[in-house]
Amino acid sequence: MEIKKIKAPLTDEDVTALKAGDNVLISGVIYAARDAAHKRLVELMNKNESLPIELQGQIIYYVGPAPAKPGQAIGSAGPTTSGRMDAYTPQMLEHGMKACIGKGKRDQAVKDALVKYKGVYMAAVGGAGALLSKRIKKSEVVAYPELGAEAIRRLEVEDFPATVINDVHGNDLYIEGAKEYAR
Amino acid sequence: MRELAASVITENVDEMCQQANIYLPEDLFALIKKSLDTEESPVGKEVIKQLIENVEIAKNEKIPICQDTGFAVFFVEWGQEVHLTGGSLEEAINEGVRRGYEKGYLRKSIATDPLYERKNTGDNTPAVIYTDLVPGDKVKITFAPKGGGSENMSTVRMMKPSDGEEGVIDFVVNHCKDAGPNPCPPIVVGVGIGGTFEKVAMLAKKALLRPVGQPNPDKRFAELEQKLLKKINNLGVGPQGFGGSTFALAVHIETYPSHIASMAAAVNINCHASRHVERIL
Repeated sequence: MEIKKIKAPLTDEDVTALKAGDNVLISGVIYAARDAAHKRLVELMNKNESLPIELQGQIIYYVGPAPAKPGQAIGSAGPTTSGRMDAYTPQMLEHGMKACIGKGKRDQAVKDALVKYKGVYMAAVGGAGALLSKRIKKSEVVAYPELGAEAIRRLEVEDFPATVINDVHGNDLYIEGAKEYAR
Repeated sequence: MRELAASVITENVDEMCQQANIYLPEDLFALIKKSLDTEESPVGKEVIKQLIENVEIAKNEKIPICQDTGFAVFFVEWGQEVHLTGGSLEEAINEGVRRGYEKGYLRKSIATDPLYERKNTGDNTPAVIYTDLVPGDKVKITFAPKGGGSENMSTVRMMKPSDGEEGVIDFVVNHCKDAGPNPCPPIVVGVGIGGTFEKVAMLAKKALLRPVGQPNPDKRFAELEQKLLKKINNLGVGPQGFGGSTFALAVHIETYPSHIASMAAAVNINCHASRHVERIL
């Protein structure tokens, strides 16, 4: 099975080259944010206020990690269900986000926004939190520490595995993959 | 009358919280490994390989299998010959949860109120506790931490008796299809049939506690479990919903007598990390 290596943050060219069904290994800097952090970011956008992180080209990982044991960079850190971020994702893309990583289905508005703003949605393996934590080399809270597991974190990742679900061409692996194996 | 100190409950609950979140039950792990041989999709195989490696990393490093270490759900079968001393059962369990989640570096995932404040309680309490009074002088505690992603993919339907077996099959299979990738497949599907609105939800939940793949003792329901498993896997959803032949590892049905006017049905789904431990005190 072919695996593409990509470097974060991403350019439009990087994103356009990715197709639904591609397996990728991500290295570089990505940001962790889930429900509560998204709510705050979008509230700032609506008030035209500056954001605590620069979104241009970034990959956002929907994760609320377990606490790190002494000596660990981060505790178990698998993806959370992405559908809860659907309401916020088109605005995140409009503000420059290039990719997001989670698990589970997205709504049509998100899929349309991925095409419009050139972005991709990827899934990491839900439930593989221990394995995925090993691919995160450094974790630092950069905004909203009071949110605990839901704070925004800057993550340095190395060969972080993910699969492209929705691409800039409007393809959806969840629909096409199931069609291929249905009987 | 046998006496049992609340502190003994707390100590055991503390250990159970850590044990269940770090170590996957052996029966389930064996079934996941077996699915690697039968999975048809290369991407699906890759997912299963990652899940197997994940379980091994969690075990070796003593870290949780999944960052969502769940709502702490307890089923207590309390022998009526046992007298609890030195505190309440509820507080004894909650104190065990508090300690286990802190010591085990487990995520605290409980919000104070469901609608308005949603502030984290900070210690993963309160637990959800169900208590049955049973004959004897023993106490059996089952701990089944429940992650949000799979729990959100649960449902209850008050069906008509005339819907029959076909109706139940359509209900369960279509529900799994709609859930798709969200509950982190491969999944274990708990199905309740019969009883009342709240009873049937409990049946579906308790179905998930059975050793995985162990059939219902009633042959008719055991056959229905196999029929459902085949149909669910034939949807092609596969591991993580990426397409493949392993959407579910097992379907467990639990039943209860039904009102003449009703046929309640419920589905409760567990992800591949169908975590549960039990102890008899």
